[in-house]
Amino acid sequence: MAKQNEIKFLTSQRVEKRQKKYCRFKKMGIRYIDYKDGEFLKKFLNEQGKMLPRRISGNSLKYQRKVSQAIKKARQMALLPYVTDLLK
Amino acid sequence: MFPPDDWFNLLKLIMATENSLQNYELMLILTPVLSDEEYKNTQKKYADFIKENGGSIVHHEVWGLRSLAYPIAKKTTGLYYVLEYKAPTETNAKLEIQMNRDEAIMRHMVTRIDKYAEAYNIRKRNKNAAVENAS
Repeated sequence: MAKQNEIKFLTSQRVEKRQKKYCRFKKMGIRYIDYKDGEFLKKFLNEQGKMLPRRISGNSLKYQRKVSQAIKKARQMALLPYVTDLLK
Repeated sequence: MFPPDDWFNLLKLIMATENSLQNYELMLILTPVLSDEEYKNTQKKYADFIKENGGSIVHHEVWGLRSLAYPIAKKTTGLYYVLEYKAPTETNAKLEIQMNRDEAIMRHMVTRIDKYAEAYNIRKRNKNAAVENAS
């Protein structure tokens, strides 16, 4: 009986190695996230104006919290929308 | 004799000033129906109000007319005004009453500025000043 997990390929398989995500604030040494800068905060929103999760943006917890606070302030002051379509 | 009396008094003074004065940032959205003069008067009114209540103005920024991300009070544009100030903690409650009474103000927000935010604002201001000087 042949072993099932011993599959042989003719050409060697390529295993893509993804670059590890990093927190841009930690890397760049940014300590404060400005709520007045709507264009910058748009990097952390999807097309409907929702916030991107940490698993996608790669932010550390500390800075994700700060980003979320800044976005919420910007939304209150009508610098960013609460809901839209086709943001960006 | 250690610590010297002088040193102790100095420490008390530092603690008193640090407790009583805080850095804040006020952002206002005013109705776009205001004339230029009314816009300036409103800015002055709140700057003066803070000064009267024992605060001082650090910096102010007039953004002017901007489109809002969503309509507020059936208006799609607003006059923005950002004011950075130092004030004792009791001032904000008084300020808020004034702002709620004012019909020209569509929305207002006071943010506490921590040391990182202060550094950021100063750097941004210097950058803007350098750009203005160059042009």
